[in-house]
Amino acid sequence: IVPVAGFSPQGAYGVQDSLRSGFTSVKNELLPSHPLELSEKNFQLNQDKMNFSTLRNIQGLHAPLKLQMEYRAARQVIQRLPFLQSSNLALDTLRNSDESIGFEDVLNDPAHSEVMGEPHMMVEYKLGLL
Amino acid sequence: MALSNIFETPTPGFNFDNTARNAALEGLFDRGKAPKAMKTGTTIAGVVFKDGVVLGADTRATSGEVVADKMCAKIHYISPNIYCCGAGTAADTEKTTDLLSSNLAIYSLNSGRNPRVIMAVNILQDMLYRYHGQIGANLILGGVDCTGNHLYTVGPYGSVNKVPYLSMGSGDLAALGILEDGFKPDLELEPAKELVRAAIKAGIMSDLGSGNNIDICVITKQGVDYIRPYQESQYKDIRKIKYKYRQGTTPVLTEKVVPLKLEVVQETVQKMETA
Repeated sequence: IVPVAGFSPQGAYGVQDSLRSGFTSVKNELLPSHPLELSEKNFQLNQDKMNFSTLRNIQGLHAPLKLQMEYRAARQVIQRLPFLQSSNLALDTLRNSDESIGFEDVLNDPAHSEVMGEPHMMVEYKLGLL
Repeated sequence: MALSNIFETPTPGFNFDNTARNAALEGLFDRGKAPKAMKTGTTIAGVVFKDGVVLGADTRATSGEVVADKMCAKIHYISPNIYCCGAGTAADTEKTTDLLSSNLAIYSLNSGRNPRVIMAVNILQDMLYRYHGQIGANLILGGVDCTGNHLYTVGPYGSVNKVPYLSMGSGDLAALGILEDGFKPDLELEPAKELVRAAIKAGIMSDLGSGNNIDICVITKQGVDYIRPYQESQYKDIRKIKYKYRQGTTPVLTEKVVPLKLEVVQETVQKMETA
């Protein structure tokens, strides 16, 4: 589950990383957030959880296990380095989202993103070294 | 430019970064006169008749208290046999119906079948419920498919109703009165068109958010007849003079011609192969 900002800060040992994220202040963390923000961040995860548990109830434990292994292969193994764009074709095919269009295909396309992350930092973050 | 505070690529989809900014801005406008999204304060209506479905809509789009569009098209194409009227926020209805139409087109190409109205309703319901009513789209879906003639309404939270006649929008109560009075099961084409026209007319007359012309869309098994406009508003103003200035309105006082001095800096000849 993707955490809410402020409740589990990004530094090592769970302490706020002042160098990268600035000073903490309670007022900053009490900013109004959109009612949909949390539900949208976790939407895909929740859908997957629901589908896997239904699959487990119908077909037994082996079905979600095998599928999750394939998901993991598509997402982590056959994936590019974090700062490069990838089309996620394998993941889309597994999820059957290659045959439907939603707002995530139209809005905020990462291929047209205006900001770019620093490659070294992104790889370090992914590997957990940051 | 590579920013060092970005750790992951941005997720596609809606971006909620501006909510804090909007909350701060709301206090700055005096007495809450923040700019409003363009709504289609509307009258839309639909009637199922013997051979199909008739959908009707007015053509006014308002933005606050100003008419933003006098000839707005509120009947959207979903598939060759399904059309959808949209009330609510104009951009939301447009985008949602566009996405719905694309999804149905992909599905029908994949499976080789004509899309059914119930499929459109299900896709819409899932999409709108996911966003918990933040997408302000009140839609009337009407279409003819292999199972018959259908008319559905989908609310912004994903509620669905299947009805033989229906109206939505800010003028829906006025239109509903006419529909309740005149509806009979298995109407013929002309009485059905007349009924929808009268219903939209009542909505236009009694509601400030609806107005201008009336569009009618008749969907039958043979095809679709999209009549736009079906009836023009009698209050339409005609421009009496042309607003273009004719040639010679501005007198020329002086004229000065300065030839540009060009000099050849470099000349290269590249032979083209015309064999």
